[in-house]
Amino acid sequence: MSAPVLEVREVHKVYGEGATATHVLKGVSLAIDRGEMVALIGASGSGKSTLLNILGTLARPTSGQVTMLGEDLTRADDDTLTEFRNRHIGFVFQFHHLLPDFTALENVMFPSAVRAGRERAQARARAAALLAQVGLSERADFRATQLSGGQKQRVAIARALMNGPELILADEPTGNLDRQNAMQVMDLLARINRESGTSFLISTHDEEIAARCSRRVVISDGVIAADKRAAR
Amino acid sequence: MLYGAKMAWRHLGSAPGQTALLVAGVAAAVFIFIFMSALIGGLAELLVNRTLGNQAHVTVAAPDRPLPLLVPAQGRHILAARQASTSPSLGLAAPRAWEATLAAFPGVRVIAPKLVGSGVLIRGEVTRPVTLTGLEPGRESAIIRFERSMVAGTAALAAGGVLIGETLARDLGLSVGRAVTFRADNGNSVTLTVSGIYRLGLGQLDEAAAFVPMSAAQAVLERPGRVSAIELKLDDLYAAPAVAARIAAATGLDVTPWTETSAQLFEALRAQGNTGLILKVFAMITVVIGIASALMLTTFRRRGEIGIMRAFGATRRFILYVFVLEGALIGLAGGLAGALLAVAALSPFPPIEEVQPGQLPVDLGQGSIGLAIWLTTLGATLAALLPARAAARLDPVEAIQQ
Ligand SMILES: Nc1ncnc2c1ncn2[C@@H]1O[C@H](COP(=O)(O)OP(=O)(O)OP(=O)(O)O)[C@@H](O)[C@H]1O
Ligand SMILES: [Mg+2]
Repeated sequence: MSAPVLEVREVHKVYGEGATATHVLKGVSLAIDRGEMVALIGASGSGKSTLLNILGTLARPTSGQVTMLGEDLTRADDDTLTEFRNRHIGFVFQFHHLLPDFTALENVMFPSAVRAGRERAQARARAAALLAQVGLSERADFRATQLSGGQKQRVAIARALMNGPELILADEPTGNLDRQNAMQVMDLLARINRESGTSFLISTHDEEIAARCSRRVVISDGVIAADKRAAR
Repeated sequence: MLYGAKMAWRHLGSAPGQTALLVAGVAAAVFIFIFMSALIGGLAELLVNRTLGNQAHVTVAAPDRPLPLLVPAQGRHILAARQASTSPSLGLAAPRAWEATLAAFPGVRVIAPKLVGSGVLIRGEVTRPVTLTGLEPGRESAIIRFERSMVAGTAALAAGGVLIGETLARDLGLSVGRAVTFRADNGNSVTLTVSGIYRLGLGQLDEAAAFVPMSAAQAVLERPGRVSAIELKLDDLYAAPAVAARIAAATGLDVTPWTETSAQLFEALRAQGNTGLILKVFAMITVVIGIASALMLTTFRRRGEIGIMRAFGATRRFILYVFVLEGALIGLAGGLAGALLAVAALSPFPPIEEVQPGQLPVDLGQGSIGLAIWLTTLGATLAALLPARAAARLDPVEAIQQ
């Protein structure tokens, strides 16, 4: 088996200092392999978002090691991490967080344009194809603010795919959607996972969503309480 | 960074009301800046025209004669205090050659020699003390602008002619074409014909001065081929001290700039300039504060977006660039709008020479329009720097979670 896409060892995260310090992660070790679709389950406040942010290099662990694609990111500087994220990691957040002044197509292009310094024709074509893949071709030129919740989330997924990342981190991607839209989004993620082999780590409270993933990691009280691969 | 520019442009376009208000605020400050520059400049010009208009900017005269050594110096130390000689100097010989020399100095616009002496004008029983000045025919109005001030006759001096002021003409009962006798302090006399009467509004010149052709003055004052001084006007009035110093160093002559003879006026002009400067500085401070606070609000409102951009690969530099550019664009747009407004509003003002009492002397040419636009853009850019830096340093996690 090839090296894991992402691996964290003995990660601790403490917020604050002294009497008010909160020890949120207490030695989390986790490796995600290529093509895996992992559900991260835990009660509210258990540290799912905190772990995802550390895995996504948006936050630094208090201690422990983060390795992605064989590169140790623990001590990398901000510019290095930014470029690394841009190339290798896609994000889908609970609240869609599209850029409101840009169209659906422009939002999808963002990860490419911000790296190139301009919107290349090639990127435009790829963004259009991604929008078609999430079923939103006719909405390409709509402003983000003119889209429904489910549509926004599908645009956000297309954006996460733009630079062809090895890993997509999704923090409660369906938390803000009704059941029908939520299942539509999960179907979409599963299809992308099957077709492109992109690894996913999806945090959720929802067992039905977790059931669609190939692996189930439970976080509780700051440690991994269970880790089970579905028998296929 | 085309993409950053696109982003900045979109941000500004997404809140057109707010952007328009900001641009209008900046434009108002720029308008004040230009208006103040034009007004202070116009006032200074008016003041200078009215007072210095009839004076030389730089006066070049012969150096004071060395005093003769009265005591032989053999074997003794002589301590001597040098005092400027009290008798008028013989004047400057070979004025033509000096004129050519002076013309070579950069910034010299007008050159006019004069020969000055004193005496009385006599008509019948009445005498009046006057300062007699010889002027080169053809250059009568080079320093004192007689042409504009004639009430009778002509400013051009022909042989045997004399120009006198209105008050003096009235005192002596003279009109154009009448004869009058000048008797110099040295006893020489000459009979002259009044060829022009002027009114300058300057007491001494209107009631106790007479102007004759140079050759006539040299003859009656017994200074053949000499002048008392060569007077200059410069392209830039305020260059007078520097030009004077250069001429003095190069020629060894006695050179006096107007800033020495009219030190009070010079001080007044400076004070006025400083007042204008303070107002302009305040206008710029308004721009800086306005833009800084507006951008602080903008970056706060866009925190979530900034977090997302950072997550998807926007560097801190990129975020900084976007928001600084927004400030710069507002500054530039406001600068241009304010300048246009100022040009439109100030163009109808009459030129300084035609300003009537009670009118504002506004000189749009001194409005520092280019400087105003440039300073505003610069100020806006600097003002944007602080909020933009804060935006660039936002913690992406916190920004996304809010
Ligand atoms: N910036 C912070 N400063 C201090 N404490 C924090 C901070 N961020 C999170 N926490 C605390 O860390 C704990 C874990 O938070 P986290 O957001 O990771 O939980 P979660 O599992 O994602 O919860 P949810 O399911 O509600 O999203 C919580 O107790 C929270 O109060
Ligand atoms: Mg969470």
